[in-house]
Amino acid sequence: MRAWWKTAAGVVLVGVMLFPVYWMFNVSLTKTSDMRADPPHWFPWDPTFEGYGAALGQQLPALATSLLIGLGTVALTLAVSLPAGFALAKLRPRGGRVIDFLLLVAQMIPGVVMAMGFYAIYIRLGLLNTVAGLIVADSTLAVPFGVLLFRAFMAGIPAEIMSAAQIDGAGTWRTFRSIVLPLSRNSVITVSLFTFLWAWSDFVFASTLNRNSDVIPVTLGIFRYIGNNTTQWNSIMATAVIASLPAAFLLVLAQRYIAAGVTAGAVKD
Amino acid sequence: MTSLRTETAPAGGAAPAAPPPGRARRWTASAFLAPLIVYLLAFYAYPLYRNIDLSVHDYTPRAFVQGDPEFTGLDNHLDILSDEAFLGALGNTALFTLGSITVQYALGLALAVFFHRNFRLSAVLRAMFLVPWLLPLIVSASTWSWMLNSENGIVNAALQAFGIGQINWLTSPDTSLLAVTIANIWLGIPFNLVILYAGLQNIPAELYEAAGLDGANAWQRFRRITFPLLRPVSAITLLLGLIYTLKVVDIIWIMTRGGPADASTTLAVWSYREAFGTGQPDFSPAAAVGNLLILIAFVAGLVHVRLQRREERA
Repeated sequence: MRAWWKTAAGVVLVGVMLFPVYWMFNVSLTKTSDMRADPPHWFPWDPTFEGYGAALGQQLPALATSLLIGLGTVALTLAVSLPAGFALAKLRPRGGRVIDFLLLVAQMIPGVVMAMGFYAIYIRLGLLNTVAGLIVADSTLAVPFGVLLFRAFMAGIPAEIMSAAQIDGAGTWRTFRSIVLPLSRNSVITVSLFTFLWAWSDFVFASTLNRNSDVIPVTLGIFRYIGNNTTQWNSIMATAVIASLPAAFLLVLAQRYIAAGVTAGAVKD
Repeated sequence: MTSLRTETAPAGGAAPAAPPPGRARRWTASAFLAPLIVYLLAFYAYPLYRNIDLSVHDYTPRAFVQGDPEFTGLDNHLDILSDEAFLGALGNTALFTLGSITVQYALGLALAVFFHRNFRLSAVLRAMFLVPWLLPLIVSASTWSWMLNSENGIVNAALQAFGIGQINWLTSPDTSLLAVTIANIWLGIPFNLVILYAGLQNIPAELYEAAGLDGANAWQRFRRITFPLLRPVSAITLLLGLIYTLKVVDIIWIMTRGGPADASTTLAVWSYREAFGTGQPDFSPAAAVGNLLILIAFVAGLVHVRLQRREERA
């Protein structure tokens, strides 16, 4: 009996918490003529897809750009953080503790400070308004997290497996590639998913390093939308729904990797 | 590639089975770490250095391109501190940050306790609470903007049903800071819930059983067991919340642009606006504000590291 009461209360709490998400969905299906109805329509009884039509018509290139930036950021992040995580976990390098500390500090630097620094560098190198420049900047959101998570995971790989490989004559690189990497599959998935999500969601770097570009990610696309036409809220919300799809995908199909990532980043290794 | 060579070379006649001796092992480790070290230098240290460089020069857009700014020492920092907008931004930062993290923490803790004992569907429902945290910020911020719209927003429509007149959430200087704080609290609840829930799982169940035998009610169990034993996790949650919230630019910028009339301008937003928000970029004062933010975050970070060390020892 009591458990049912708790389930009911939990459903109500989720309903309250996710109301803004429902509202985004509702507005995305509302006709432009009904947008300023008073009181607002609580349910999309008479849905329209004009918002989605406009969103796909105008934001498809931005979505493709975001996809490209997301995948590039994942590749760069993995390339840097996988070997580093392995070294910190298994090779006991000199200065390992210093690196741990630096990674913690790096996560605390405000995004606006990083954006200014990158701006000052990119303006000289001609990297402003380029996808490559944005990939590099976005990867700074994920590399410390990636290294710390890989280190924590790889520290748990039994030493016997590694020494067995070495007895078979495998060098450190071979051990890393053929033993450690396959065993680390789950943590690679976790880091990749989070990295993709952060790059996909980035607004601060996009709005500073990429603001005069024709090639913009979808976050900037939505922002310009808001600035340009405040009447087309169904198109804005339709774009927002589409931009939320990676998060929805993550929640439905990769839930166990999320919990691993959230706690690993914050509480403890 | 390098790792292969450096590892095999000094091993010389030793059997390949033996683990590489000290010196060779260190070389191998360095080779694996090298990409990260280069990365940290190029993409953290160098941008930070450039930021400090900006803050001690007078960078105009022209000087930016030509690279001949005038050195001004600490003038930018002094200008910032004596700017009339400074105290307002500092106050807003304090209200926004402390308001966000205390309410996020309180709600996150209440939810964590609620979800602590498993019940039907509890795992699914708990996962649903992660949604705000996973959504792109621009999505949440624009949704909240439309919900809080003065004439057509659902929030005002709902309040009207209770006889409360129109509130100009985002366009009145009295409420804009409150409005962005509410949106930010909503964004931060999932993080607090997840961390505190993980902390609760580490409290031995026997303690609760013993307290139950002694006839302790739910509130007493919370007061005497949950809250005291959760203190280290609470401290870390609040500190990380502080560090994250200090940096927040996007949610405020998207919803109010720090306005109206600076009413929701925090230090981070101030810095962003000086550098990127106007037609006239003014990087040097923006970088000086940025340094101030780093300083605050760094102090919080040191406290965090100390707390974590203490917890590791415990």
